[in-house]
Amino acid sequence: MAEQSNLKEFTKGIVQYNPLFVMVLGLCPSLAVTTSVKNGVAMGGAATFVLVCSNFIISSVRSFIPREIRIPCFIVIIAAFVTMVELLMKAYLPPELNASLGIFIPLIVVNCIIMYRAESFAYKNKPLASILDGAGLGLGWTLSLCLVSIIREALGAGTIFGLKVSESYQPASVMIMAPGAFIVLGLLLGFFNWWKLRKSETSMKAHMKHD
Amino acid sequence: MIKELALIIVSVVFVNNFVLSKFLGLCPFLGVSQKTSSAMGMGVAVTFVMTLSSAITWIVYNFILLPGDANIVAKVFPSIRELGLIEVLKTISYILVIATLVQLVEMMLRKMVPTLYESLGIYLPLITTNCAVLGVALLNTTDSPSHLGFLHATVQGFGAGIGFTVAMLLMSGIRERLALVNIPQPLRGIPIAFICTGLMALAFFGFSGMVQ
Repeated sequence: MAEQSNLKEFTKGIVQYNPLFVMVLGLCPSLAVTTSVKNGVAMGGAATFVLVCSNFIISSVRSFIPREIRIPCFIVIIAAFVTMVELLMKAYLPPELNASLGIFIPLIVVNCIIMYRAESFAYKNKPLASILDGAGLGLGWTLSLCLVSIIREALGAGTIFGLKVSESYQPASVMIMAPGAFIVLGLLLGFFNWWKLRKSETSMKAHMKHD
Repeated sequence: MIKELALIIVSVVFVNNFVLSKFLGLCPFLGVSQKTSSAMGMGVAVTFVMTLSSAITWIVYNFILLPGDANIVAKVFPSIRELGLIEVLKTISYILVIATLVQLVEMMLRKMVPTLYESLGIYLPLITTNCAVLGVALLNTTDSPSHLGFLHATVQGFGAGIGFTVAMLLMSGIRERLALVNIPQPLRGIPIAFICTGLMALAFFGFSGMVQ
């Protein structure tokens, strides 16, 4: 039973509570770094690391943190892990990848997904469940970043992961630039809404037939 | 001098607008832009915090974090003179400066303009996590060769705030009209707001090339 509920903490972050498409959180980096799939994966990995670690530490020390000053405490813990990620990425990743992620790595500090999980999950739950919750949401966010960046890279640069999609396709570079990002994300959110609406409609119809 | 400062303002308001071309500060941009009055209030509060935090983080960066003779901490701990604290303490010190400032603005507004304080609601403490505020502080103090002076950094912070306000006001005007239009069910709310933002960003592309 306990194992099952832990597994649920992990999987809920991928579809049911998907940070980008269901809860619409973490918008700024989702748009800024999704110019190529490589950037999207690197950003998702960095944020997942911070999310898992900060969830673990916050839920381990949650009984020592007074309610009144919990937000500053969360920020300091998160900022410490972000600094770690920043230094690790500078040391081990190629410089051009670091340059293209730019200020969005230090800006993970103010990513609402991490603050939201700290406040609404890690501060109330046990360490193991918090780690799984962080890993699940991080994975969900990374996957949605991949989806957005696959669309933008394919349309805007004509490549996926640096590989050419088709010889005859002329890339529309506006998709790589700011307007394309907003429009792609708007349409994707609309698509997921449509999907949700249709699913609830069909389940309602099935219900009525049953009656 | 004045020409340079004017150029910075034009650059961050129109050419490199923080919301529309750098993707910074999208959460409050979408969250508070339903009504023009609250959009204006949010814009003013963010501009105030951005200007002050640009000034203070510049001082923190140059006199506490950077290695060298100007470093105040190095007078107590000489080992810092060569290394500096820039790598490890930049993010934490900036976010603490911003959080303190936001608290200050919140107390001031509650005393002086209570109606605005009420209408901003949850978004006022959330300025702390507005990535445009931290973003401008980080951009002002990057290690690039063209390191900004104190006045330039402050003006860039102010201009970025004005640019944020302009984008918010335009968006709230559009959304007030969108509320009366018949939009397909799945696109209502955030999706259509994003598509409108995309079109606005496309329009702001017209300014690119004005300032190098």
